[in-house]
Amino acid sequence: MTASDATTEIPADVESAGAQADESAHALHLLTEMLRIRRFEERCADLYREEKIRGFLHLYIGEEAVAVGVMQALGPEDAIVATYREHGHALVRGVSARAIMAEMYGKQEGCSGGRGGSMHLFDRATRFYGGNAIVGGGLPLAIGLALADKLQHRARVTACFFGDGAAAEGEFHETLNLAALWRLPVLFCCENNLYAMGTAIERAHSETRLALKAAAYRIPSWDVDGMDVEGVESAARRAADAVRGGEGPHFLELRTYRFRAHSMFDPELYRDKSEVEAWKQRCPITTYTARLRQRGALDDAGLAMIEESVVREVDDAVAFAESGTWEPVESLTRHVYSDAPSQGTPP
Amino acid sequence: MTSYREAVREAIRAAMLADERVFLMGEDVGRYGGCYAVSKGLLDEFGPERIRDTPLSESAFVGAGIGAALGGMRPIVEIMTVNFSLLALDQIVNTAATLRHMSGGQFNVPLVIRMATGAGRQVAAQHSHSLEAWYAHVPGLKVLAPATIEDARGMLPTALADPDPVIIFEHAALYNVEGELAADAGAVAIDRVAVRRAGTDVTLITFGGMLGRTLDAAATLAEAGVDAEVLDLRTLRPLDADTILESVRRTHRAVIVDEAWRTGSLSAELSARIMEGAFYDLDAPVARVCGAEVPMPYPHHLEEAALPQSAAIVDAAHAALGR
Repeated sequence: MTASDATTEIPADVESAGAQADESAHALHLLTEMLRIRRFEERCADLYREEKIRGFLHLYIGEEAVAVGVMQALGPEDAIVATYREHGHALVRGVSARAIMAEMYGKQEGCSGGRGGSMHLFDRATRFYGGNAIVGGGLPLAIGLALADKLQHRARVTACFFGDGAAAEGEFHETLNLAALWRLPVLFCCENNLYAMGTAIERAHSETRLALKAAAYRIPSWDVDGMDVEGVESAARRAADAVRGGEGPHFLELRTYRFRAHSMFDPELYRDKSEVEAWKQRCPITTYTARLRQRGALDDAGLAMIEESVVREVDDAVAFAESGTWEPVESLTRHVYSDAPSQGTPP
Repeated sequence: MTSYREAVREAIRAAMLADERVFLMGEDVGRYGGCYAVSKGLLDEFGPERIRDTPLSESAFVGAGIGAALGGMRPIVEIMTVNFSLLALDQIVNTAATLRHMSGGQFNVPLVIRMATGAGRQVAAQHSHSLEAWYAHVPGLKVLAPATIEDARGMLPTALADPDPVIIFEHAALYNVEGELAADAGAVAIDRVAVRRAGTDVTLITFGGMLGRTLDAAATLAEAGVDAEVLDLRTLRPLDADTILESVRRTHRAVIVDEAWRTGSLSAELSARIMEGAFYDLDAPVARVCGAEVPMPYPHHLEEAALPQSAAIVDAAHAALGR
């Protein structure tokens, strides 16, 4: 309950104490969500070395504040379109750690039935539309979902995540133009981590302030410190409310940094260790933990409790994935076409 | 009399009247009336929300069609020509065709994409090609090629009722062709090859814009005493191999007529299927009459020389018969 929901029976000082408690519970929620992503992915990296997880594995470590902050602004009716670096988004959106981990293993209990793997997490129940691994390919999909909402007069938001690399693709420009032209209810979330795989942004973009590209399409756009979870949340709430209110697409450039390699194959020849270390000083989890301690909202015992619950969740997810089952080879060609027969009379 | 163009238009119109989830979008489908005038008049009838002019952004509006289909709509996306569709190939092949599979069956894509294909109008090397086989290569897609007015009218509603992405190739040279269309013409099944002319001596297999020439060739052959059977594939993926093999087993000879380039073509696929399924029934090697392997030239005489001609089909049939 928020302060504004309180009845007039409650004295003002109690009301304000209640609001404060809500605020600090929410802050702990933000921290917990970021830690869930961090610990889940650290375990994924271990499991990759153990060859439990194969293929490509793109870790989000360092960027957690972005997914956590934006997701606070979305409701269950909204849709999410994400990239191949999407474990965190799925987790915070409410796809279970079990289903995600089982998908990483390729087990049929995974959120995509094991067919997708790390880069293709999907979940109908939470309107999570991937897991799209063609850079820029998710953007047209997102405006289509938004178009369906507009045509059916539903006040919903489609949040579309993509990176700085996508902003160099033609699909980015086509999509932003169309979204603005048709005033589609999309929240564009550009996760600018300064590298398109190994290509630094200044080597790929003539204009490195990506929010300006959106502004050129007359889309209200902001650049946001993507390492500050509260800042991301408040920017995302403002933008999502406007989108939901029929004000057309909005664009957030979320400035962040990937602490780990692009994928597990990446030797990181393209950036200095000192640069990575400098960004790690701005770790969204460490800095937020310090802030909450300073505010008196968190102590050692509280943090230990959160860490324990997160570790339990990850352990449970791994156990679930381990005990999962392999899809029988006999069903190899399933899911290529739907089962429903086509209609009509013979020619 | 109804033209092929009018049959497609009537199919769109009827679908939009029957189901408010159906809408049409593409370049110049609204005010201009469609680059081949297929959607002429529909903007006035249905308004700009449902007849949507798009910017020249094939990838964005095809992808938007995919998303809208996921969001509960039944979009018909028109792409001007198959050559332009290459700008949307990523969305069609990497997204529309894969989503159902990648999501473990959670998200199907009930999208219909229509586009013009083929040569014959002297529009040269960037507006004339027949790339149907590229799409027919891809699991997850269904690919249709209406060659008759009845199919032009009937395939669209069937495609719209399909839960998966369907691509319809309308041969640009067919739009002005006229014929009788029954007043109650409606949806047609898309799972069977049609026997357009029954015969016993040789099976001529074709689709789309080449059906007319192939039927002309069959008529010429009949004058020479050769009774040719003409098969119209109609659906290029999935192929109705049963009907093709059944015919070839009866006639023992097959000639494939394909406007596209020979190398890596549908004609190659058909030839392989016949070899795999009816090798011991053949009395002659499978023959192919295909487009010349050259980007389409502009001058009329060179364009015609690049396309399968009725006379070449007749010659190929005679050769198969050892005459």
